[in-house]
Amino acid sequence: MEEGRIIKVSGPLVVAEGMSSARMYDVVRVSDSRLIGEIIEMRGDKASIQVYEETAGLGPGEPVYTTGEALSVELAPGLIEAIYDGIQRPLDKIKDLIGDRIERGIELPGIDRERKWHFEPRVKPGDSVESGDIVGVVRETTVVEHRIMVPYGIKGTVQDIKEGEFTVSDQVVTINTSNGTEGITMLTRWPVRRGRPYAEKLSPYQPLVTGQRVLDMFFPVAKGGAACVPGPFGSGKTVVQHQLARWADSDIIVYVGCGERGNEMTEVLTDFPELTDPHTGEPLMKRTTLVANTSDMPVAAREASIYTGITIAEYFRDMGYNVALMADSTSRWAEALREISGRLEEMPGEEGYPAYLGSRIAEFYERAGRVKCLGTDGREGTLTAIGAVSPPGGDLSEPVSQATLRVAKVFWGLDSTLAARRHFPAINWLTSYSLYLERLEEQISEITAEDFGDLRKEAMQILQEEAELEEIVRLVGIDALSVKDRLSLETAKSIREDFLHQNAYHDVDTYTSLNKQRLMLKAILDFHHTALDAVESNIDFDAIMKLEVRDVIARMKYVPEDEKETLNSVSRQIKSAFQDLAQAVGGEEVA
Amino acid sequence: MLKEYRTITEVAGPLMVVEQVKDIKYGELVEIEVSDKEIRRGRVLEADGSKALVQLFEGSAGLNLAKAKVRFLGRGIEIGVSMDMLGRVFDGFGRPRDGGPQIIPERKVDINGNPINPYARTYPSEFIQTGISAIDGLNTLVRGQKLPIFSGSGLPHSPLAAQIARQAKVLGTEEKFSVVFGAMGITFEEADYFIQDFRRTGAIERAVLFINLADDPAIERISTPRMALTAAEYLAFEKDMHVLVILTDITNYAEALREVSAARMEVPGRRGYPGYLYTDLASMYERAGRIEGRAGSITMIPILTMPEDDKTHPIVDLTGYITEGQILLARELHRKGIYPPIDVLPSLSRLKDKGIGDGKTREDHADTMNQLYAAYARGKDAKELAAILGEAALSEDDKRFSEFADEFEMKYVNQGLEEDRTVEQTLNLGWDLLTLLPVRELKRIREEYIEKYLSDVRSA
Repeated sequence: MEEGRIIKVSGPLVVAEGMSSARMYDVVRVSDSRLIGEIIEMRGDKASIQVYEETAGLGPGEPVYTTGEALSVELAPGLIEAIYDGIQRPLDKIKDLIGDRIERGIELPGIDRERKWHFEPRVKPGDSVESGDIVGVVRETTVVEHRIMVPYGIKGTVQDIKEGEFTVSDQVVTINTSNGTEGITMLTRWPVRRGRPYAEKLSPYQPLVTGQRVLDMFFPVAKGGAACVPGPFGSGKTVVQHQLARWADSDIIVYVGCGERGNEMTEVLTDFPELTDPHTGEPLMKRTTLVANTSDMPVAAREASIYTGITIAEYFRDMGYNVALMADSTSRWAEALREISGRLEEMPGEEGYPAYLGSRIAEFYERAGRVKCLGTDGREGTLTAIGAVSPPGGDLSEPVSQATLRVAKVFWGLDSTLAARRHFPAINWLTSYSLYLERLEEQISEITAEDFGDLRKEAMQILQEEAELEEIVRLVGIDALSVKDRLSLETAKSIREDFLHQNAYHDVDTYTSLNKQRLMLKAILDFHHTALDAVESNIDFDAIMKLEVRDVIARMKYVPEDEKETLNSVSRQIKSAFQDLAQAVGGEEVA
Repeated sequence: MLKEYRTITEVAGPLMVVEQVKDIKYGELVEIEVSDKEIRRGRVLEADGSKALVQLFEGSAGLNLAKAKVRFLGRGIEIGVSMDMLGRVFDGFGRPRDGGPQIIPERKVDINGNPINPYARTYPSEFIQTGISAIDGLNTLVRGQKLPIFSGSGLPHSPLAAQIARQAKVLGTEEKFSVVFGAMGITFEEADYFIQDFRRTGAIERAVLFINLADDPAIERISTPRMALTAAEYLAFEKDMHVLVILTDITNYAEALREVSAARMEVPGRRGYPGYLYTDLASMYERAGRIEGRAGSITMIPILTMPEDDKTHPIVDLTGYITEGQILLARELHRKGIYPPIDVLPSLSRLKDKGIGDGKTREDHADTMNQLYAAYARGKDAKELAAILGEAALSEDDKRFSEFADEFEMKYVNQGLEEDRTVEQTLNLGWDLLTLLPVRELKRIREEYIEKYLSDVRSA
C-alpha cells in the first residue's frame, strides 16, 4: 500500500503529495482514522481527494493510503431491504455498532458476509456459459428472486456447481475458461461511475403504471424511461417520489435520498414494511433498497450516493427485472458537485456550477433504459430513472433544471399555486409533458379499453379550454359566457377536483388502477356529453348543475377497486338522472 | 504548554493567516492573545502546508501582526454542558452574560455534533398543541419537527414565537419541557422581549438562552446556533427533556457566513451567498428530531426575516427545502390588524399528517383541514375577481366563498396574544365557518363526518 502525506485540508477537500502511483478516481484512506476518500484530480504527484466523511481534526503531515481500487459497490443477495449511506455502508449495522450518530472512519461491508443464503443452481456441469448467464438463484425476499450471473468477462463451461446454504463469499460455481478455472461467488463488485454493460439498448414501450391518475392518464412514463419532477419547496416533490416508490408496478425499487431530510428516510423505513404492494400483496420493503445520504451527512458522499443507487439498480436490471430508481433530489447532488468544484478552484459556469454539470446530469439519466441483458437467454430488463429537482425559488431557468430538461423525456412540473390550494399532486397539467404518450398508447389501451386515448385527449382539450375561458371570465365576468362554455368550465373543474386531485393519505384514493382511472374519466366525460345534449334541448343549466349524480362522480375516487359494480354503474346513473330531469321538465311543460 | 506563534502575516476582514505553523488541524479552535488582557478566538478554516487560515470570531480591531500571539488548542469549539445551564443566559460563544458564575460542566462537547443516523430516527408524530388555530388546525406542529417562521421586518414574529413557547404542550402528558433560545444579531429590545416574557411566565427556570446581539461580533454568530443546539441535544437526548429550540434570526446568521465566504474569495452562489449555504443550514436544522429509544426530543422553530418579503431569497428558499414546512407571516394580514398574521395558503407543515386524526386530535381533522384550505383559496380568488369586476360579477356560490374567506381570517386566523385555544375549539370553529358554504361544495370531507359534525354545529 502506497503512502502519501496530506499537505492541505479545506472542508471536504484534501490535497496530498507523494501520490504518483495512484490513479484517478481511486479510493484512498485518509489519516490514521482511515476516512474514505476518492481522488478527483491529479497534478504531478499531488492528488486532490474528496473525503466522504467530516474532515475536522485532519491536518498537514498525516498519511494517505491508496487502495488501488475505484469506488465500487458490492452486489449480492442482501441488497433488498437494506438501507445504505452514500458509499454503501449499511446504516442499520452502523447503528448497532456505534449508536445513534454516524461517526467517522467506520468500515463496514455493504453485504453481510455471515448470512447464509440458499443457492439453487440453474445450470449443470458441462453447460457452456458466458457473461450475464444466470447460473443459479437465491430467494432473497418473498418477492425477489436474486439471480446470480456469470460476472463480466468470463466465458467457459461449468465444471462444478453446488446447491445449498452458502455465504456470499463462498464459491458456488467453478467455470473452465480458456485461461484456466474461475471460481464464482454470489458476490461481485462494480465501480459506481461506470455503467454496467448490456447486450443492446432498446426503445421503451411499456408503461410504468403508478396508480397516480395525473401521471398514468396524462403524463405516463415508460418502463426504462427518464422523468424529472422539478418544483419549489412545499410543492410535494417528495410525496410524488414516495408515491411512485410505493405504487409503481416495478419489480425492484431503489430509492436514493440525496441531501434531503432525515425524517423522510425514516418515513420510508417505517411505512414500507407496513404497506402492501397491490401487485404482489407483500410488504413494499420486500422489493426496496434505500440509499440515504441526508443533508447533514458529509457532502462528498452525497455526490457518490446517486451513483451508488444507480449501479445497484443496473445490477437488478441485468437480472431481467423492471427497476425504478427515485433520486430525491438531484439538485443537492449538483450542489455537492459545485462545492467540490469550488474547492478545486475550477472556473465556474453558470451560478457557480462547474461547466461539466450538464454532461454529468446527461450521463446519469442515460443510464436508464430498456436493454437486452448480457447472457444467452436474451432476457430484457428496464431501469426507469425519476429525478426530483429543487430549483431555487421555483425558477426553472436555473442550470440544474435546464440541464435535466434536455435529457429527461417526461416533465412533471410541480406548481406552487396548486400546492397552496392543496391541489395534490400539484402537477401542472398545462406545462407538464410526456414524450412517451404515443408510444405507450397501444399498451395502455390493451390493458384498459380502446377509448383510453380518446378520453385523455378530450379531457386535456377541456382543460386547455378552461385556461382560455378563465382569461375571458377574468376580463368580462362569467355572465359573458355561453351556456356551453359554462358547462366546459364546470367539466374542467370536475376533472381537476374529481380526477386529477388525489389524496396520498387516503386509504383508497392513494392508488387507482388504470381501469378505474378510465371509468372515472369516462364518467366525467359522459356527464359532459349528456349535459351538452340536455343544454341543446333547452334544459335549464342550473338544474343540471344541481343533479345529485355529480356527487356520485365526485366520490368515485373513494370507492374501493373491488366494488366494480358500483364503479360500473355510474354511467347508468348519469343516464337515468338526465332522463328523470328531462321527464320532470317535460312534465312541467305539460302541466 | 502549547506552542505560541507570532507569525501572523495577514489580517483581512474576519480572516487571518498564520505561517510557519506545525501540526495544525482543520477546524481546530485558536486563541489569539491581542494584548495581556484580551484573548480572542478563532477557528482554522484551511490548513495548507505550514500556513493556517483562521476565521476570527471577534473581529480584528487592535490586532498587531507582530505582537499578537496565536495558540492552536488542538480541539474544536466546545461547550460545557450541565443541568445548571437551565435558567441561565449566555453570550453567543457560551460565556455567561447574566452576571452569574461560570457553570461547572458535566463534560465538554464539540458544538458541531455528528449527523444522526436516519435509521436511528423515530418519525415525529406527537401532536403539539400551540393553542394557535392557524397552526394547530392547518399547519400542525409535531414533536421533533423543524418548522420555521418566515417573517418580514416589522411583523410580529417574536410575540408569536414567545406565545408558542408559552403555550406549547403535548396533550395528556406531564413531561419535562424546556426552551433553548439562540439569538443571532438581534437587537437588545428583541432579546429583552423574550427574556422578560420568559421571566413573566416563569419559563426562564427551564430555559437556556444564548444571545448574540446586533452589536456583538458578527462572526461569533456562526457558532451561536450550534452552541444552542448542543445544549439542546444534551437536554433532550441525555436528560430526557422535550426541548423547543427557537433560533432567531437566521438571516443574520447567513450574512455572517457570507462575510466569511466573501473574505475567502470563494465563488459565490446566488446573491453572493456561498454555494455551501444549503449544507451549512442543513447541518443545523437536521439536528432537530426524535431518536429511537430516547425519551426526549428537539423541536425547532427558526425565525427568518425575509429581505423585502421575498420568499425566493436564497436564505428563505434553502431553509424551506430543509425544514418540514413553514409558517409564513403576511404583511397584508398584519395591516388588517389580524394577529397572528399567518398566511395559511403558502404555509405548510409537512409532518402534520402523522400528528393528526383519530387518537391524536380528532378523526375529522385531516378532511376539514383540506376543506378549509380549498375553500379559503377559492374565496380569495373570488375576492380578487370581485376587485376587478365588482361584487355583482360573482356567482351565488362565489359570493359565499368570498364571505367565508373574510370570516375565516377574522375568526379563525385572528386570535389574542394570550388566547390559548384547545384543538377541539379550533376544529369546531372550522365546522362553524364551513356552515357558510353549501354542503355539496364540501367535497374534501367524508360524508360520515359531514353527518356527524356539521349537524352538531348546525343544531348548536
